[in-house]
Amino acid sequence: MSNRRPKVYVTRRVPPDGLEILRPHCEITQWDSEKPVPRAELIRQIAGKDALFCLLTDKIDGEVLNAAGPQLKCIGTMSVGYDHIDMTECRERNIPVGFTPDVLTNATAELTVGLLLATSRRLIEASQSVREGGWGTWDPCWMLGHGLDGSTVGVVGLGRIGMAVARRLAPFGVKRFLYSGHSPKNEANEIGAEFVDFDDLLSNSDFVLGCCALTKENQGLFDKDAFSKMKSNAIFVNTSRGGLVNQTDLYQALVNHQIAAAGLDVTSPEPLPTDSPLLTLKNCVILPHIGSATEMARGAMSALTGRNILSFLRGEEMPCRIK
Amino acid sequence: MRVLSLGSYRVVEIVTMPENRVYITRQVGNEAIALLKQKYKVEIWDSEEPIPKETLLTAVGGISALFCTVSDIIDAGILEAAGPQLKVVATMSAGWDNVDVAECRRRGIEVCKTPDIAADAAADIAVALILMTSRNIVQGIDAIRQNLFHCWKPFWLCGSGLINKTIGILGFGRVGFGIARRIKPFGVERILYNDLEEIEYAENCAQYVSLDTLFSSSDILCICCGVNSLTKGMVNSKLLQRMKRTSILINTSRGVVVNHDDLAEALSDGTIAAAGLDVTDPEPLPVGHPLLTQPKCVILPHMGTNTAETRVAMSVNTAKNILAVLN
Repeated sequence: MSNRRPKVYVTRRVPPDGLEILRPHCEITQWDSEKPVPRAELIRQIAGKDALFCLLTDKIDGEVLNAAGPQLKCIGTMSVGYDHIDMTECRERNIPVGFTPDVLTNATAELTVGLLLATSRRLIEASQSVREGGWGTWDPCWMLGHGLDGSTVGVVGLGRIGMAVARRLAPFGVKRFLYSGHSPKNEANEIGAEFVDFDDLLSNSDFVLGCCALTKENQGLFDKDAFSKMKSNAIFVNTSRGGLVNQTDLYQALVNHQIAAAGLDVTSPEPLPTDSPLLTLKNCVILPHIGSATEMARGAMSALTGRNILSFLRGEEMPCRIK
Repeated sequence: MRVLSLGSYRVVEIVTMPENRVYITRQVGNEAIALLKQKYKVEIWDSEEPIPKETLLTAVGGISALFCTVSDIIDAGILEAAGPQLKVVATMSAGWDNVDVAECRRRGIEVCKTPDIAADAAADIAVALILMTSRNIVQGIDAIRQNLFHCWKPFWLCGSGLINKTIGILGFGRVGFGIARRIKPFGVERILYNDLEEIEYAENCAQYVSLDTLFSSSDILCICCGVNSLTKGMVNSKLLQRMKRTSILINTSRGVVVNHDDLAEALSDGTIAAAGLDVTDPEPLPVGHPLLTQPKCVILPHMGTNTAETRVAMSVNTAKNILAVLN
């Protein structure tokens, strides 16, 4: 670190935790708005900066890195997903990128379970019918959903979040946990989850959960082919990234009763256009990407991003660096 | 049919037993009905709507067993109309507050319900309500509908969550216990409960506290008690005012336990932060009821047991209850 204080550009109004870590040691320039920084402004402001503190709404590609200049030393994204960052470009330029795993795991797992229950038990449909006057007297056959008791749950990507979700689902009487991914995980033994290939997971699961990171290889993983292999009573829940899902194929699968229902906390784009067909379906529950939306998680994400950046600027290891 | 031996003659006496008649107050599912039809004469109110009282009064005359649901009030009038040969009232529900149990017992009529099966599904719904209220799920859905979701924002729709929170359970029965088991892996700091007395099976998962401590210490308070003279209207403004302003009230027991006017006021003036109700009094709530338009109140139309598997199990269990009594 040279004599002058390093310059950090922060792309949004963020919880103060991260700024409090950086402020004593850095010169901070910030887009102090609740709305994302316009791209032209980002390109203008990043020029000459030593570090970038960004969010998942900021696309960090070659053009932005070029605009920054060779003195850009590191990036910290206030998210665990990094599909918005061109990692190839960053590696080529020797720019390490910090991210925020673990600190948002509990909040995201919590929301995933809430979304799963609301979708599988048709609670949104039901609460809406209450508000719209469709609530009659108790009827044994009205508004029946699907229970977890005795079910098979398939977790696509048994990472930190996938494991945290599975732990929370276990006491609901889940009979079998299956998971798919690149390789088996030791942690799976904690809940007795079985490693299977993707197709086996799809054809055997009553609940299919998208918990894996989005990569170039798994874009559109959940497509017509995948939905056709799922059970007709299956509930599909995605809280990872919208890009995992072919949304046109999902719409068809729901409308044709190939699967029972879907719960999505993430879509592409975000938000969905107002005329998106998925928004018309009673058996598709869509949330506005609130997986990590607790004050505790967001504060911790900001703090970790600040620490990631400051550590590297001081010549230390980043606490959480993307490999 | 009886076979008698009279000396070297065998006499066959055919005795016609009056057939046991069972009346079912709703279309409850084929498996349960088939079980009963095997042995008894079965009549059903085959409609999606509950049976009107006058119709039920006429229909029950001479029956041995009554198979009813939570929407049927089985009082002395019904029991009288049925006649002295009525042996059992079996309700397809976790509770039997819809049945005058005391009057049944006075008349030597068995009363049966289905608490165990319903408990798991009801605990699921309770946790669903906890998550829906503490993570602003309904607000999230509404925001999309109202075009208020522009992009991911760090401060938008943040909920309180469950990490390090204190969960309180009023009534540590099957549902209360089920909630405690399910909520443990969510990282809650502690689980408190209050009941008529300390409960043995609560030992490893929840801590017994006084009623006042339960209400004043809980971040999320779940009402899971049965209905009786003690609990009717128990959750009123006095108890609500003991709660934290950031707290959430969840009710999956019966609507009558919570004073609805007091709850509406407590939500309106910020005495508590939110409520999630799977049960109300009455059900449904009349159009225009203040709780229906209170944005901090999530109301579900009594979904406690709404899976096909649970309903089938409840109806089959009710049929088996009847079989057990009549045989």
